[in-house]
Amino acid sequence: MKNTIYLDHAATSPVAPEVIEVMARAMAEESGNASSIHTVGRRARKALDEARTSLAQKINAKSSEIIFTSGGTEADNMAIFGTAYARQHEGKHIITTQIEHHAVLHACEKLEKEGFTVTYLPVDRTGRVSADQVKAALREDTILVTIMYGNNEIGTIQPIAEIGEVLKNHITTFHTDAVQAFGLEKIDVEALHIDLLSVSAHKINGPKGIGFLYAKTGVKVSSLLHGGSQEKKRRAGTENVPAVVAFSKAADLVEEELQLRKEKYNNFKNILIEQFRVANIDFHINGHQTDVLAHVFNVTFPGTDVESFLINLDMAGVLVSSGSACTAGSIDPSHVLVAMFGQDAPELRSSIRFSFGLGLTDELVREAGKRTAEIVKRLTS
Amino acid sequence: MIYLDNSATTKPHEDVLKTFLAVNEQYFANPASIHRAGVESNALLTKAREQLANILHTEEKNILFTSGGTESNNAAIFGLAKSSNFRGKHIITTEIEHPSILEAVKRLEEEGYEIDYLKVNKYGIISLEELKQKLRKDTIIVSIMHVNNEMGAIQPIKEAAQIIHKQCQAMFHVDAIQSFGKLPVLFEGDEGPDVISVSGHKIHGLKGSGLLAFRKKPQLKAFIVGGGQEFGLRSGTVPVPQAAALAKAARLAVENMPVHVQNYKKWSAELHHFFEQFDQEVYILSPKDGAPHILSFSVKGLKGEILINALQKRDIIVSTSSACSSKQTKTSHVVEALNIDSRYKNGVLRLSFGTNNTDEDIAAFKKQFSVVMKELKGEITQ
Repeated sequence: MKNTIYLDHAATSPVAPEVIEVMARAMAEESGNASSIHTVGRRARKALDEARTSLAQKINAKSSEIIFTSGGTEADNMAIFGTAYARQHEGKHIITTQIEHHAVLHACEKLEKEGFTVTYLPVDRTGRVSADQVKAALREDTILVTIMYGNNEIGTIQPIAEIGEVLKNHITTFHTDAVQAFGLEKIDVEALHIDLLSVSAHKINGPKGIGFLYAKTGVKVSSLLHGGSQEKKRRAGTENVPAVVAFSKAADLVEEELQLRKEKYNNFKNILIEQFRVANIDFHINGHQTDVLAHVFNVTFPGTDVESFLINLDMAGVLVSSGSACTAGSIDPSHVLVAMFGQDAPELRSSIRFSFGLGLTDELVREAGKRTAEIVKRLTS
Repeated sequence: MIYLDNSATTKPHEDVLKTFLAVNEQYFANPASIHRAGVESNALLTKAREQLANILHTEEKNILFTSGGTESNNAAIFGLAKSSNFRGKHIITTEIEHPSILEAVKRLEEEGYEIDYLKVNKYGIISLEELKQKLRKDTIIVSIMHVNNEMGAIQPIKEAAQIIHKQCQAMFHVDAIQSFGKLPVLFEGDEGPDVISVSGHKIHGLKGSGLLAFRKKPQLKAFIVGGGQEFGLRSGTVPVPQAAALAKAARLAVENMPVHVQNYKKWSAELHHFFEQFDQEVYILSPKDGAPHILSFSVKGLKGEILINALQKRDIIVSTSSACSSKQTKTSHVVEALNIDSRYKNGVLRLSFGTNNTDEDIAAFKKQFSVVMKELKGEITQ
């Protein structure tokens, strides 16, 4: 069997060795309950506070605006349910897009059943909505606009700054799911007029099971988890200090190399393109050409069928995905591609996502491109 | 330093850490990914789930991983309420539950559910007679904790289960967070709860990991929605390293239970005897037949914080009744429910044992406690 080349970093990423080291140390040394008032608790609290401050700085927020959660899904759920329940007396209209992550879409669908109205904005063929679309959909009773920063399947980055401009004088809360964008795009919540923002650690070489929701001071969000008074009564549950400390370390590492990594990943895209061209196979790239996350590369190979294609790639050691891993095991057509190309488009059956991260080199990517091209040739000949 | 606050949180067992680190390194892939790395990591997740199902005496498909005890309790209350509110909106719980139950039912009360709180006697035990009387045709959930986290009272769960299942269709949820690994598993035998909550970090496992286990097929509405992981009942990428670590911690807890419980019982009896020597000065809240690892007591006329600090200076770490509410200055709801003499209300301390404690720790505690008492209260004969 050939060596495996992991190109599915948008599904989840390996934990960086430095992060593991920090986490293991915290588990041994900061193993107290951060809510305990004795020294063991206070030591854990100190580590928690430092990590919170450091993470807040990454998005130009205050440390009191960071609410730790069990991950991106919980952060998204909290943003949506929390806003809906806290503000339902002001209005029951929500605006989102057709290409959000399921943690957003399914939360919105649940709210629809409870009497909220949700507008799902369509996207163009590059996967973008425009600020004008958002403006046109806004109503007096709109209490939440939730639009992802960068898409997990095609990488397209939304015009968040322009949308923020449109929304800054409206009563609505503005949430963005930045789970894929954090660590690859420099995000400034102040400048972008963002009220709520979700981040997950395991997409940036941090541990699974930890994330945060940024909630701007004064923005109303009800709790999702109820119980003890942790996280300033906004999220109950014993603080997961080792995971938070590890998360903060992971964020430090990706920030240090943000520009470097972007360049590296953009170059990986060029390497794959070059391999596909050299092999003379038919392909086209999905997503926006310039406003796109550097680590996500979604490509259609006309004439291939995604199921057999993935099996062949897997056997060749090229680990990619057909979209999102979160659609647990199924290869249903991606809702993102449906939104971009329509219900019966050929792209739905022949697109795969390469996503880059820690441990990849030019050589490995070139090799993956070569193996992919061979398979495409075989499957389409 | 002598750590006697294991009911707040425990230090992860060395083998649990090893498992966590190894899985992180070798099986980092998303278990929902369909490529080989995802398949391998999913196989490991299944294995962890099987192990836990075995330990808990249920089936693999009845185990849902969560982010911890609070989420398990919330998911049980909200999830069960939302899936059975067509049958009724009446819920029964107790006055001394953990806040993750009490705050959840309070929230449901605001939504129009009706909540009944069972009272407890001075030993912290509910009355089965009261339970019988409160049960109604439209009762959909009964939630009773197995072991109280603040003073260790053990509720008559099997008897309660019999009554509940005989009288109505209500789902019986038990918060087993403090009892797991210290008392027999609740799904053993014919009669018992329908669903239980377990947390990793209370059993020398990791923070941020827990589970909700059902006796039979899970009947609940998803509490966190999205990708549809955990049989569609709990969305979010499943942290496989934590799941494997939880299985490891649970196995160690149950396998080594006889040895540790024997120690806890010995220390508890020893301390009961010790505190009795202080006569009126010390009131013991924990019943003698309570959970072996928790011993709560109160010193007359003293504030808990003062005792904690005095002991801490002597390298002994104990806590007020619970960490989750330790910043609040008001008397805990559990202490209030026990209806103890007001002179003892402010000085409640909890000792809770873990697998790392030794006979020497207990001896050191006794010695230092005597010194502290002398210092704070003057000469006391003992």
